[in-house]
Amino acid sequence: MTAMCDVAFLLLSFFVMTATAKQPEPKPVDTPASTVIDKLPEEGVGTITVGDKQVFFTIPRNIRRSTLERVGTEKGLKFTEGEYKAFENTEGFGVPLNQIKGLLALKPAQRTEPGFQKGIPYDSINDQLTVWVKQAREANKAVYDAQLQEGKITAEEFGKKGDLAIAIKGDAKEDFITVKRVIDILQEQKKNKFFLITGLRNEDF
Amino acid sequence: MAELNTGGGGGDGKKVRSKKSNPGVDLTAMVDLAFLLITFFMLTTTLSKPQSMPLAMPDKTKEPVENDTKIPEERMMTVLIGKDNKILWYLGQLKTPIIAPTETVFGKNGVRKDILKNTAYAKKHTTKEDEGLIVNIKASDAASYKNLVDILDEMAINKVQLYAIGDITKEETDLLKEKGLY
Repeated sequence: MTAMCDVAFLLLSFFVMTATAKQPEPKPVDTPASTVIDKLPEEGVGTITVGDKQVFFTIPRNIRRSTLERVGTEKGLKFTEGEYKAFENTEGFGVPLNQIKGLLALKPAQRTEPGFQKGIPYDSINDQLTVWVKQAREANKAVYDAQLQEGKITAEEFGKKGDLAIAIKGDAKEDFITVKRVIDILQEQKKNKFFLITGLRNEDF
Repeated sequence: MAELNTGGGGGDGKKVRSKKSNPGVDLTAMVDLAFLLITFFMLTTTLSKPQSMPLAMPDKTKEPVENDTKIPEERMMTVLIGKDNKILWYLGQLKTPIIAPTETVFGKNGVRKDILKNTAYAKKHTTKEDEGLIVNIKASDAASYKNLVDILDEMAINKVQLYAIGDITKEETDLLKEKGLY
């Protein structure tokens, strides 16, 4: 009994210390597998989730607020302090701009209910994904620009972090054209390098 | 360890004491709780950071390119991805291919063998050590995202010198249709 107790608490301490809580996602996707085992950078990555022809965007926490401010300015939307706070705590989202206030008014659990969020519009007529990505990149650049001015980071670091890294997390069954459209949106704003999030391939491929 | 120390201090007045049975603390509840918490943390933790595959696309801006390098046909492989995880590939140009369009599948017995064969062929047609096969990946509208990741994975496995994702042309779509892959 004593030994078991010891082991149990050892494991418990281990998990408590290494834990980073799993964030609820509005769109859980099943990523395709690959043999490439590069890890995604831990922070400063904007993730575009693609599944069922719907697109969701996750902005890194430190620039969420400024991104919403910028998008609001561009689209003529005003947000309250409470809405900014709610947005900062929203992991990923996928609603058209005209519904974003409604989304932020809900409780966090209601927001991530499956099927509630229908995705950010990304067709050529109403391309809001471009707006979000552009503003997130500019917000990110502004953050590191300021740090560069203050001399907190070197020019070399700025070169690495200044441009927001973008990762595409697509569902394995998703059509190629949907992902291609997202890639095209990124390329239109000269974002030619990005990551594809994959799972580990364990079978003999 | 888990027993309470009930041994006498020694040196105090009462010298002779009847040996009491050593009472053990019941740990069952504590262990239960510990395992419950372990289970909870194991399930809510994302231990492994997601994996990623870096992808660099060619710049799309239509700036006039000066002295652009010509790619020798012998080293240029085009991979077309059709429906139902099928691949059609050819070496050289579409109109005058060195190896005519060949149908294959994903995996180690499919496209990998062709890539390795073509890499060997390409190596024969170059004098530089670091030059090898150049693969142009063109996925049709019938392909899935998994196909794209699989073929990019294949590039990584075979250490292809240079590869890019291109837009499929009308002729190539027609070719896929002809072969029943679109």
